[in-house]
Parts: sequence; C-alpha cells; structure tokens
Amino acid sequence: MSIKVKFFARMREELGRAEDAMEHAAGLKVSDVWREMSGGREMPDSLLVAINMEHVKGDPELKDGDEVAFFPPVTGG
Amino acid sequence: MPVELRPAPFDALAEVKRYQESLGAAGKFGATCVFIGKMRDFNEGEEIRDMTLEHYPGMTEKHLDEICRQAKGQWRALDILVLHRVGRIEISDDIVLIAAWSAHRGDAMDATRFIIEDLKHKAPFWKKETVKNGERWVEKNTSGYSTRPAPPDKNKN
Repeated sequence: MSIKVKFFARMREELGRAEDAMEHAAGLKVSDVWREMSGGREMPDSLLVAINMEHVKGDPELKDGDEVAFFPPVTGG
Repeated sequence: MPVELRPAPFDALAEVKRYQESLGAAGKFGATCVFIGKMRDFNEGEEIRDMTLEHYPGMTEKHLDEICRQAKGQWRALDILVLHRVGRIEISDDIVLIAAWSAHRGDAMDATRFIIEDLKHKAPFWKKETVKNGERWVEKNTSGYSTRPAPPDKNKN
C-alpha cells in the first residue's frame, strides 16, 4: 500500500522536508510511519497527527492511499 | 457561512459591514458579535517584528467549516463569518475575524466565543515570530472553549 506523509511547522524544519511517501505491506500504523520517516526518532509527547485531514489519537492502522500529517500543537488565532 | 483564508491584509471591521449588508437580513437579527484578533508587537517578554502563519491547506479550511457547523448546531446563529490571515503578517494587522449574527445576544456571543477558542485549540495554524535575535515558533496552546468561572480569589474571604 502507498501512504502520503506531510510535515508542518517545526516538524517540517526538523525533518528537512514538507512531504514524503512510503510503500509498505498492509498493517502499517502511524507509529511505523513516524519511525520510518524520522529515522527512528522518539515520537514527541506533544506531536499531533491527522489522517486524511482529521485529527486522530492513539496509533491507528492506515489504509492504502491515506495521507498522514505530523505537526506540533497549533497556535492560530 | 463563509470561511476564508486570506494571504493579504484585510480590514476586519469593513469586512463585517460589507458582509452584514450583503446578508439582506435587516430586521431578522438583533445581535452582531465580532471578535478580531490583531498582531501585537510583544509576546512572552520579547519585542516582535513580524510573523509568518503557516497552515495545512485543505485541513485548515475543513476544520474551520466544521467548527462553524458545530456552532450553528449548538446556538441559534443566523449566519457566521470567519476570516483568517496566512503568510507574512505585520504588526497591527488583523489576524482573525469571527462574526456571528443572531436574533439574540447570548447566541451570537456564545457562538463567537466557541469558534475562536476551538480555532485556537485545534485548527492547524502555526505562528513563527521574528524577534531581535532571529525567529522562533510560538509554542503556547490554549485549552479550548470553557464556560467555567474563574477560580476564587484566594486573597478574599
């Protein structure tokens, strides 16, 4: 399956790219994507995750074609 | 119920007037509640020179639409207008406008408060400030909408 990955704000700067993609067998979870994309970094406690532009909690499993985004706490307004 | 992200400066008060006139609802609303968030020249003890607002194209608009839908479901708001700047922002620019029109003030005020608090808590925007010695990401978050009263003053009996 193929997954699109996006990074915003501090995450984008720290990981050196705004987006990426990965191919993987089924059963991929959010934490697997983070590990692969971040080069094995520990996931920050404050890290927020969205799948297909919806906030998610925990470590859900992904499906083919999903877009996963990683970003720090939001500061709009 | 327009929600717009604006890369260029806007005059929030003029936008309220323009949109209110376009509603064609004179006599139908008795309250217009307006919140305008503006760019300060100080934050967390430092002078701020300017700021850049990053967002998540697609998700930001979707999230703001959803907040407005929730507000309309919870309070009797006739209409709601939300404008939010993105990109480079200068001191005293209007950053965000929330306006709600309703027959009664309570609904207009509560809907406006709910939208701005939820926006600040969950909508995918990130501020990066320019300070004297470079740039820094704003890290502070707010906890969202609450109608809880302030805790009692411990200095009073």
